[in-house]
Amino acid sequence: MAFSGVPGLALHHPARGQRIAAFFVVIASFLGEYAVITLLNGSTGAVYQIDWPLPFGPALLSVDQLSIIFLLPLFLVAGCVSVYSVAYWPARKHSSAGKLTLFLGIFAAAMVIVVMARNSVLFIMAWEVMALSAYFLLTAEQQSAEVQRVGTVYLIATHTGTMALLAMFSLLRGTIGTFEFPLSHSLSPSVPVASVIIITALIGFGGKAGLMPLHFWMPGAHANAPSHVSAMMSGVMLKMGVYGILRTLSFFDALPVWVGWLILLLGAWSAINGIALAAGQRDLKRLLACSSIENVGIIFIGIGLALVGMQLQAPYLVVCGLFGAFIHIINHGLFKSLLFLGSGVLIHAVGTREIDRMGGLARRMPITSPLFLVGSLAICGLPPLNGFVGELFLYVGAITDGIVAPLPLAALVAPVLALVGGLAVITFVKLYGIIFLGVPRSVEAAHGHEATPAMTVPMVLLAAGCLVAGLAPVLLVRLVTPAVALYGDLAAPVIAKVTSLVPIVPLTIANILLVSLFLVIGTAYLLRLRRLPRSRGATWGCGYLEPTARMQYTGTSFSEMAINVLGAIVAPNRRKPRLAAAFPPAGTRFQYTVTETVLDRILTPIFEVVGLAFSYLRRVQHGQLHIYVLYIFATLCVLMFWRN
Amino acid sequence: MILLADQLLVLVMLINLVMLGTSRLIFSIRAVAVQGVILGILPGLIHPFSGHLAGITVGIILAKGIIIPYLISDAVRKAHIRREVEPFLGYVPTLLLGAVFTALSFAFAEQLPLAPEHKELLFVPASIATLLTGFLVLTTRRKAISQVIGYLVMENGIFVFGLLLSEAMPVMVEAGALLDLLVGIFVMGIVINHISREFSSLDTSRLRTLKEE
Repeated sequence: MAFSGVPGLALHHPARGQRIAAFFVVIASFLGEYAVITLLNGSTGAVYQIDWPLPFGPALLSVDQLSIIFLLPLFLVAGCVSVYSVAYWPARKHSSAGKLTLFLGIFAAAMVIVVMARNSVLFIMAWEVMALSAYFLLTAEQQSAEVQRVGTVYLIATHTGTMALLAMFSLLRGTIGTFEFPLSHSLSPSVPVASVIIITALIGFGGKAGLMPLHFWMPGAHANAPSHVSAMMSGVMLKMGVYGILRTLSFFDALPVWVGWLILLLGAWSAINGIALAAGQRDLKRLLACSSIENVGIIFIGIGLALVGMQLQAPYLVVCGLFGAFIHIINHGLFKSLLFLGSGVLIHAVGTREIDRMGGLARRMPITSPLFLVGSLAICGLPPLNGFVGELFLYVGAITDGIVAPLPLAALVAPVLALVGGLAVITFVKLYGIIFLGVPRSVEAAHGHEATPAMTVPMVLLAAGCLVAGLAPVLLVRLVTPAVALYGDLAAPVIAKVTSLVPIVPLTIANILLVSLFLVIGTAYLLRLRRLPRSRGATWGCGYLEPTARMQYTGTSFSEMAINVLGAIVAPNRRKPRLAAAFPPAGTRFQYTVTETVLDRILTPIFEVVGLAFSYLRRVQHGQLHIYVLYIFATLCVLMFWRN
Repeated sequence: MILLADQLLVLVMLINLVMLGTSRLIFSIRAVAVQGVILGILPGLIHPFSGHLAGITVGIILAKGIIIPYLISDAVRKAHIRREVEPFLGYVPTLLLGAVFTALSFAFAEQLPLAPEHKELLFVPASIATLLTGFLVLTTRRKAISQVIGYLVMENGIFVFGLLLSEAMPVMVEAGALLDLLVGIFVMGIVINHISREFSSLDTSRLRTLKEE
């Protein structure tokens, strides 16, 4: 698997360079996927050692079952995205295309190294390369003030995380005495700094994964990045944070039970808050980013369940939690990338991210709209698709062991998941309905057009992945079983016993039935439709003689009720005029914006106060050359006479 | 020979004080030149003769004693600078401060963990005193030319320290140090040029108008 250096390409001829780079990334992805599948089939992975002259011990690279879970979607998404980028961000139109292509390759390669590194220093280096190349990717449109702002927020967030990681790895080094990663389950949690290590890991990796309350950089960053970059960041980079936490926790044997509960609670909080934020958004990509927070929350719920189960010797919880989390990691990589790529097609066609300016696009984009529908259904966790499989494991785990074992609290996970699922349905019905159905709400939407095959083919591939994984959940189960066995330290029979309880086979049959039913009914309906007479009118025109596009539901009005209930989380900011008479005067405006509680209400004020405090420090910088020299002089004197 | 070297070092320290006490710009430039020449002689006194040594001596006397002072006084002439030094702090206070610093540098040199063969020599205190004098000139004088002189004096201080190691010091390092100095002087010359063109004066305290508010 020696290929990670491949994608660093920037050729002289930008358009050709882009194509060559895409070609190389696709080749690398194929090789990567091939390697992953060989490893899955039981061949032992090689261990590579980089010769480096740094005094940090051997830099080992190896792949284990846990890495595979992350490598699989990584290669798939990287390949799809690089093909997509050729059409989406063509070098002819964008001068930043060369830079973007270069950093996309570096970004993907750095993530591969992150997953494979077995040495803390190598890990941190790859991690920083990943974080910084993500920064350069998301500030592709660097002229815009908004992009600059979110770039800065991202940079602050990621470096705060790295700071925590540095602290964590140095503590780890202090504990075990080497920079190499310890073997899994080799550390006892009674090591004095164990809890500090776990907390710093949660801060550092959780910030990258978008775990509440460190999620604040995500909506802005994902929304303002080019769409294929958002797909990469959301579909893959967030998982690196998850990977980091999983890897760190795997060092310890028999963690205290509060870690499990903490992760479970954080996950539940992120899931509910994330989807609530998503429900209120009007910006297409911001909505998708918020829903990433939700999905990461679901993954963490699974991990938390498994950790709690490990401590309480409840194998059902362990197996189901891990299965749920791992399957969801793969699934989210598939459907979130699909949705982000879809959003890129929409932005390409309509030229805006505001869903309230779209509408009626299903008729104009006959390929994108079903693909987007597949992604939306999958992300809601509805049956024929893959999103349901992961959540099914979580439900089964929570309900079975919650009732059987002495752990009634864990059963509360099920209602949380149900709530999240319900809100997700509201959110994505709104998203799909407002964008694709109805009448166009703007001229641009009316002129929307389908994208080129270079953009749709990757999406078809991802959607097919969603469908296959949904129709044959056995594949997914088989995929993650080794990782579960490794991570949970469980024997194969235990896993088999638990998975036999989860209704996978009935699910497969039901799903296939559902799809064939859908196909049959759909075909019959279409055939019937041909024979019937047609009348033309606006969609949802409700029989009005002169309907206008402005009479339709907008995204805001659709989710108004949900937002009112969730006001504490979403904190919508309404600016409305005072009504004096029966009719408002002309020029009256009603403004409605959804704010972000953590960023807008807590962090920004704090940063403003800090900025004010530091403005006093500016007096030190006064422009007097002599006094500057005097500073040096004074420092020198202090240093000279310090010891005496 | 060592005795003579010590006497020369005392001379170097006295020149430091002269530099601080004088009010004439040209005079302090000449003082630096004399200091440079003394520094050029010094290595010959404490080390056995060799071709390398001769090269160093000639190079240093040329650079520190002739070329650089000539460049500075040329700049003074061309830029029509008034001949006074224009200090922030009066001559007598700086002179007193210089004396205090020289005393302190002797005290400090006592504390340093030096090799025994260096313990008895005046090199370390002289070098620190020269360094501090350079700093003093840098901080208390208003003119850009005086700042250049301050840097020169500082460099002289560092050079005196380097003399202790000069057997271990390969030619390249010395050449590098001299080149550094020369480049520094050039940069400073350009800066001086720009300051005088922009503000029609060489007063560095005017630079504060460049500060962004």
